Amino acid sequence: MSEAELAATPPARQIAPLGLLARYSTLVALLALIAFNMAFTNHFLSVQTLNVNLTQVATIVIVGVGMTLVIATGGIDLSVGSLMAISGAIAPIIFMGKIVKIGEIHVAVAVAMILAVAIAGAFGWFNGWLITRFRIQPIVATLVLFIAGRGIAQVSTNGNLQPFKLAEFQWIGLGRWFGVPVQVVIMIVLVAVAAWVLRRSLFGRQILSIGGNERAARLAGVPVASIKRWVYCISGLCSGIAGLVVIAINSSSDANLVGLGMELDAIAAVAVGGTLLSGGRATIVGTLIGALIIQLVRYTLLANGVPDDVAKLVKAGLIVAAVWLQGRGQA
Amino acid sequence: MTSPAISDTKAPLLAMRSVSKAFAGIPAVINASLEVGAGEVHALVGQNGAGKSTMIKILTGYFSRDAGEIAFDGAPFEARSPQDAQHKGISTIYQEINLVPYRSVTENICLGRESRRYGLLDWNAMHAEARALLERFKINVDVRQPLMRFNTATQQMVAIARAIGFSAKLVIMDEPTSSLDEREVAVLFEVIRQLKRDGVSVIFVSHKLDELYAVCDRVTIMRDGRTVKTANMSAISKLELVASMLGRDVAQVARSATAFGGRHGKIGEVILEARNLAAGHKVQDVSFSVRRGEITGLAGLLGAGRTETARLVFGADPMRAGSLDLDGAPLKPRGPLDAINRGIGFSSEDRKLEGIIPDMSVAENLTLALMPQLTRAGIVDEARQRTVVEKFIKRLDIKCSGPDQRIRELSGGNQQKVLLARWLAMNPKLLILDEPTRGIDVGAKAEIQKLIKELADQGLGVLMISSELEEVIEGSDRVVVLREGRNVAEFTDSGVNEANVMAAMAHGKDADPARELTP
Repeated sequence: MSEAELAATPPARQIAPLGLLARYSTLVALLALIAFNMAFTNHFLSVQTLNVNLTQVATIVIVGVGMTLVIATGGIDLSVGSLMAISGAIAPIIFMGKIVKIGEIHVAVAVAMILAVAIAGAFGWFNGWLITRFRIQPIVATLVLFIAGRGIAQVSTNGNLQPFKLAEFQWIGLGRWFGVPVQVVIMIVLVAVAAWVLRRSLFGRQILSIGGNERAARLAGVPVASIKRWVYCISGLCSGIAGLVVIAINSSSDANLVGLGMELDAIAAVAVGGTLLSGGRATIVGTLIGALIIQLVRYTLLANGVPDDVAKLVKAGLIVAAVWLQGRGQA
Repeated sequence: MTSPAISDTKAPLLAMRSVSKAFAGIPAVINASLEVGAGEVHALVGQNGAGKSTMIKILTGYFSRDAGEIAFDGAPFEARSPQDAQHKGISTIYQEINLVPYRSVTENICLGRESRRYGLLDWNAMHAEARALLERFKINVDVRQPLMRFNTATQQMVAIARAIGFSAKLVIMDEPTSSLDEREVAVLFEVIRQLKRDGVSVIFVSHKLDELYAVCDRVTIMRDGRTVKTANMSAISKLELVASMLGRDVAQVARSATAFGGRHGKIGEVILEARNLAAGHKVQDVSFSVRRGEITGLAGLLGAGRTETARLVFGADPMRAGSLDLDGAPLKPRGPLDAINRGIGFSSEDRKLEGIIPDMSVAENLTLALMPQLTRAGIVDEARQRTVVEKFIKRLDIKCSGPDQRIRELSGGNQQKVLLARWLAMNPKLLILDEPTRGIDVGAKAEIQKLIKELADQGLGVLMISSELEEVIEGSDRVVVLREGRNVAEFTDSGVNEANVMAAMAHGKDADPARELTP
């Protein structure tokens, strides 16, 4: 009877081959891309290529880690690009001594980094507060800072470009650690910690339970509001870190450009990575792989002489394919 | 029920013969047959997982079949999808009402098949169609009004009218009464009789035996994927019916209608004291108490404020007035977490919406409330989690492939057991059970009732809500009857009987001297 009972429960359909493909599709796609490049792209297998590609995705993945957690609760964060701009605007103001002169440059840089990231985190927390306190839909609540955030960044710099040349700060975007770019190290550490937290910690389970069924989670004693505020705060912190990396690479901070379009790149990486956009199922490593796929497709096309505009179309196609596969895998 | 016997000489409207279906090699329906005559109301019963849903979904084209034949209206029948089946004359009415409350009755009825003229909607034609359709069911409403202006019964009728349309020859009703109160059920039955008079056949799926006898002509019983028996309703007793569903002998089932068994011994001091609770429109003034080792039943019609009252105790909804004491100390829960920390558990009436987290495993669902206690320095102790989960899978006999199986793949009864275990794992003082056996099969129901009684025997205080009168009466040591948001009567010991409780539910008064109304 148990056999029949198991089989007769409504959603019990066969695991379609497509379902299996969906489960590992991201990894398969990544390996296929690598294999393709090994065969057809000149000089693909080199440390140089690896570093170029990893450097390109690092900021997307750093933001994507926070975005994955937000999406796991069933939310979305559109403000990440603007929070990058805020963090990128505040750090130079501090380490260039525009408010208070700090004599020791290392202290100045440390204070600048910590404060910039903390302020981005505070704005993230504000997103969570809007969402939980007033029950505003995440897409609308984070739209507030999507619009206002860049304004805040511009006002705080009077709309000026802030150029600088400061090795003590710029190691975060230009430095190497045993030959590995520092931002790649940051990315790997963040991915590892977040993946572990999501899988093994109480916080991670509670995030997934909220995304899976918020009402049930609340009735089981999950502190829904506080978890959500933390998740948006983490997304803000990640954005803050990514903002620092970007201005360090550029050697200047332009509030108009830092993090522009990042929300969409991060959401795309999360979606291609196999995280359920409706919440409840999420994979941090998937987001890393998703970002790598998007980057590698672009790289492959450019390296083989396809114009960037066409590459964008392919990127869009990838997202559609990922979401479609997700639908199949879920059924 | 003037002519219950459907003669075998006449060709039936629907004949499913030797139908089989397996999922991934595991059979769900085995060589099953179902015949429904024209104008017949045919009950399809069986435990959860017996294959009823699969059988219906094969008929309506949701699943394809592996073997067997289907003939409908004198010709071989093949539906590609539920829409296709409806087009060909077989309509299905589901448990939930899937309508748009803000739009008019007409829009709800005509949704998806709007009349158009010159590319615009032809409102006059649509209003006329809606009116004509509702007239068939003796419903006279202003079809231009938004649906939400009407009561649940009317809304239900609109849903049914929409599903049946003008062309259905066979209507499948899958547990249509699970969210209706008695009056609404009566209206539904009237509709079924009207359909019957029009020569429309009905397949009626329900767990409630009384309903089958009230409205059905014949019954087909399924067990373990097979159709084990078909009989005229007038020729089969309730006991035989249940015995066939369970595959047990009659004497075994005869002992009691529910599995609560006799009254238990020690009832201790008061755990929960609720005074003059009020919230929203539905809870006006409710007072009651629950004692250690006692099952207190909240009885009342749908909308009497039972669920809303229970949610106040658990902190799930804000309270407007009143006070709560737990173990002699004031309880002012700002949310479920406060109540949980004070030792209260709450199992919602809506398993899907407020109970399970469908994509999570049995283990994660079972330990959702306990999780903070299984955590050290923020990290879940998975070994301890597993021990707890395995203990409860064994203790409650939860049928699953293992702790890691996703809960949505379990049958309703087993999901309910997991949700009960979620609270039992917390070792609560007070357990609030809102419809603990709704929509689950007879076997699991008996197990859960037995378990509730055992827990009370061990000193747990239980506050139980059930729309099934016999469950409240046989299960409860004390019954508090709510009516229109107020507690109108309270019974204990021998006062707990159907006559008393029903009288109080219906009239708000009781004839029993044991009545203890709060002034």
